[in-house]
Amino acid sequence: MKTVIRQLTEAFGPSGYETEVTELIKTMVAKHADEVKTDVLGNLIAIKNGSQDGQSIMFAAHTDEIGVVVTHIDDQGFLRFGSVGGVGISTLVGNRVRFAGGAVGAIYQEKGSWKELTLDKLYVDIGAENKEEALKKVKVGEFGIFHREFEDLGDRLIAKSMDDRVGCAVLIEALKKIQNPKNTLYFVFTAQEEVGLRGARTAAYGLEPDLGIALDVTLTGDMPEARRMAVSLGKGAAIKVKDSSLITHPKVKDLLVTLAEENKIPYQMEVLEAGGTDAGAIHLTKAGVPSGAISIPTRYVHSPSEMVDMRDVEACVNLVVALAEKDLASV
Amino acid sequence: MEIKQVFRTLSEASGVSGYEHDLASHIQDSCPWADEIKTDKLGNLIMLKKGHGTNPKPKVMLAGHMDEIGLIITKIEKDGFLRFGTIGGFDQRVLLAQEVVVHAQKPLTGIIGAKPPHIQAPGEQSKAVSMEDLFIDVGFDNQEQAEEYVRIGDIVTMKRDVLELQGSFMAGKSFDDRAGVAAIVECFKALSQMSHEADVYGVATVQEEVGLRGAITSTYGIVPDIGIAIDVGFGDSPGLPESDTLKLSQGPGIAIGPHVHPKVHARMVETAQEWNISFSLDPSPHPGGTDAYAIQVARAGVATILLSIPLRYMHTPIETLDYEDVKRTGRLMAMFIAGLDYEFVEGLTCF
Amino acid sequence: MLLARLTEANGAPGQEGEVRDLIRAEIEPHVHEIKTDALGNLIAIKNPDSPGPKVMLAAHMDEVALMIVGIEGNGFLKFRPIGGVDPRVLVAKSVLVGAKKISGVIGSKPIHLQKAPERERAFTMQELLIDIGAKNKEEAERLVKLGEIAYFTTKYEEFGHDKAKAKALDDRVGCALAIRLLQTEVSFPLIVAFTVQEEVGLRGAGVATYQIKPDVALVLEGTTASDVPGTDEHKHATTVGAGPCITVIDRASIPHPPLVRELFALAEEEEIKVQVRRNTAGGTDAGQIQLSEEGVKVATIAVPCRYIHSPVSVMSKDDYEGAFKLVKSYLKRLQEQEARK
Repeated sequence: MKTVIRQLTEAFGPSGYETEVTELIKTMVAKHADEVKTDVLGNLIAIKNGSQDGQSIMFAAHTDEIGVVVTHIDDQGFLRFGSVGGVGISTLVGNRVRFAGGAVGAIYQEKGSWKELTLDKLYVDIGAENKEEALKKVKVGEFGIFHREFEDLGDRLIAKSMDDRVGCAVLIEALKKIQNPKNTLYFVFTAQEEVGLRGARTAAYGLEPDLGIALDVTLTGDMPEARRMAVSLGKGAAIKVKDSSLITHPKVKDLLVTLAEENKIPYQMEVLEAGGTDAGAIHLTKAGVPSGAISIPTRYVHSPSEMVDMRDVEACVNLVVALAEKDLASV
Repeated sequence: MEIKQVFRTLSEASGVSGYEHDLASHIQDSCPWADEIKTDKLGNLIMLKKGHGTNPKPKVMLAGHMDEIGLIITKIEKDGFLRFGTIGGFDQRVLLAQEVVVHAQKPLTGIIGAKPPHIQAPGEQSKAVSMEDLFIDVGFDNQEQAEEYVRIGDIVTMKRDVLELQGSFMAGKSFDDRAGVAAIVECFKALSQMSHEADVYGVATVQEEVGLRGAITSTYGIVPDIGIAIDVGFGDSPGLPESDTLKLSQGPGIAIGPHVHPKVHARMVETAQEWNISFSLDPSPHPGGTDAYAIQVARAGVATILLSIPLRYMHTPIETLDYEDVKRTGRLMAMFIAGLDYEFVEGLTCF
Repeated sequence: MLLARLTEANGAPGQEGEVRDLIRAEIEPHVHEIKTDALGNLIAIKNPDSPGPKVMLAAHMDEVALMIVGIEGNGFLKFRPIGGVDPRVLVAKSVLVGAKKISGVIGSKPIHLQKAPERERAFTMQELLIDIGAKNKEEAERLVKLGEIAYFTTKYEEFGHDKAKAKALDDRVGCALAIRLLQTEVSFPLIVAFTVQEEVGLRGAGVATYQIKPDVALVLEGTTASDVPGTDEHKHATTVGAGPCITVIDRASIPHPPLVRELFALAEEEEIKVQVRRNTAGGTDAGQIQLSEEGVKVATIAVPCRYIHSPVSVMSKDDYEGAFKLVKSYLKRLQEQEARK
């Protein structure tokens, strides 16, 4: 599974331009699903038929990652850029980006104080000596991502775009493991989550599931002087109670807790005070879809060094499998 | 049945956004005038009162949200104190020294505390206590005792009985927007004495305070011709400019703005004038913030209007209103509905 | 002159009637069907029953304006913006108020009576009032009703090299393009949504798209240009005179990448000067259109305009013609593809 996570986190897929990631996932899920398709927004949908008619579950993990877009190239060949999704300014200076066409560059700042740092005071140096040379490597309007390789620290892993490739990896692994699906399962690898839960919205509209579950990363509070939050790395799958996009349906929350307890899967309860997930979009689809989320505790989210714990990842896989095999008609 | 009594019960009951299920049964029991009642997948309570006409009949949706703002447990400290976050918008300054109920495995009484003033540094008292520094004291001595009952994610409501002030003024929690729900019940009761062509869907919506969520899904399901959102509006109170508020005891505010269909607005004003129901005009350049905003853009679009019941001290546990305004709002809606026919509804897409 | 007629008509979000009536009269001879919906979107349909892709163009009819929210004791009018307006652009402007089109001015304290530091501070919306010359509250109330709208009074005028100035170029320039494009001969269904309430949250477009169910949609806009003194080149966003802009990302949408590539390629082939919109802020109706039902392929093509959301904005007529040519070429290209089938 670590290999899958490595491959996924090293792929290129800023919001709207997720094709490389979806193509990779397609090769991983093709033989385990009954049907695989894509849609207008760029969602990849893998369908596994259930053993009985009626209930369907949509699992969603997003393929896109935060990134940058080139907005200007100056005469000296330096690039200016805008953000794609919620990019944290403090993670940028000295960082590297890689563009769709392959160009790599370093981000640095104009003179001035850290406190007043804004995106338009930063630039990317792609090693071009002038505008003409730069234009051979990148175009204005080209998208890029933060360039960083995967690190295996043992139980814990660091990579860029763990948010949410680790969620994709959980779904891929679960899909392989599921033996007796009682429900029709839609594994949706969604596009454009980071810019407003967009892919999940159109996918859910087409699929009309009975239950929606997002697999995404959540924050933790177990670092030095961290913002208060009762989620820690290594303490199990996080069952979401609320975030800014969703209040988990109480019955869905209780079902996930019961499943975790019955199957001895370590879990923790998650109250996320800012941020949202695809479940936020899914539950407002048409006349409403009861929804919840299983979260992978992750440190340093939206930095190029997002850290997860494999034990939590495995707990999430097991919880997805348990839910997929549960007879929902009985709940 | 005195619907004021129903309102009282609703105000004192608990129903934070996403956790409105207990309220739905209270409302259902208090509204014998509905022909059909159902709850949808997100928990919206939908009460249908059928019209007397032949098809096609106008379809009117009344939406008042039943959810209230509340708190949620985010951490259990070693010494048994509970930390919390908010569901919906609370001013941190009103929380200090409130009594609350923690909806744990059993309901627990709690007090919102902070560091006492005696040990504060000079100057500290001029600053508001921040949400981060507040905690709930449920009287447990340590984490283990607390964890026996309390779990991360448990919901907290304000503990507050309704107060009767002078005249027909009342104060209490969650009047925003149980007053709107009460107005719907008042409307149903009034309609039971009238003949009306329209099918009326009275909806106690869920999750308004966190993003108009119940209105989005219930409107998609109902597909109304006209949507009337009933919410509370800022009542006149010291320090607020007259142009930003509605006077209490003068009936509902009838909104005018992008979220209001001009023909529905005109008809509502005519109805109020015809039946001598007092009202205020409520110019609203910013259309967001109430269920009307969500109802309007469902599917192919809905002709909407917003009625606002004047309310002081919004989003505190001592919200204050004049119950006569709730009655006026219910009566206005009933008269509006009684006057509707299909021809009027057909005209709503002709611009 | 179409642009003059359109920009001099008034249409606040939710009160687009004057603009809608004008557009209806302009397009009637060129379309098979015109309808309106519960929000007031005007939907014009060409070839409703023809085979081929259903192509939607969208332009919004509404403009930012001021709503009257109070009448003071002395007859002055209190107002709040409807849509985003910077109060600093309002000082010492003239307006027309309400259905009766009463003239008014937005006054401020004379410079003589201000202390020097006062002038450093911008006026806030709360401090500004409209003076219609009413003697008292009663007289003002006879002329103006709460909830009525005050509009800027700017006249359309062409000036400079290839420039035009007007109010509400955002998005009457899009409306003008859409009206002209409806005269294009195509065999497939071509539908234009003249949308309402874009300025208060892209309100009309989603509702219109739900009815139209297009296969592909192009949003025609007037977008911000900051190619002015005091702005670093990398913050210009767009440049007036450098051709129409194609959006790659804004706050409301990431337009369909293959469609965006196709438009750039087409512009190159047809030798139409275009530019990338170089700013990620703002949003257009594309945001709602793209997310309608199961999703729609969408792109935004915009004419750069300086000083939008103010009483007077400036655009280049060459950019306007470039945008027309680009969309027309796209429709022609689709037409050729259809003919080949």
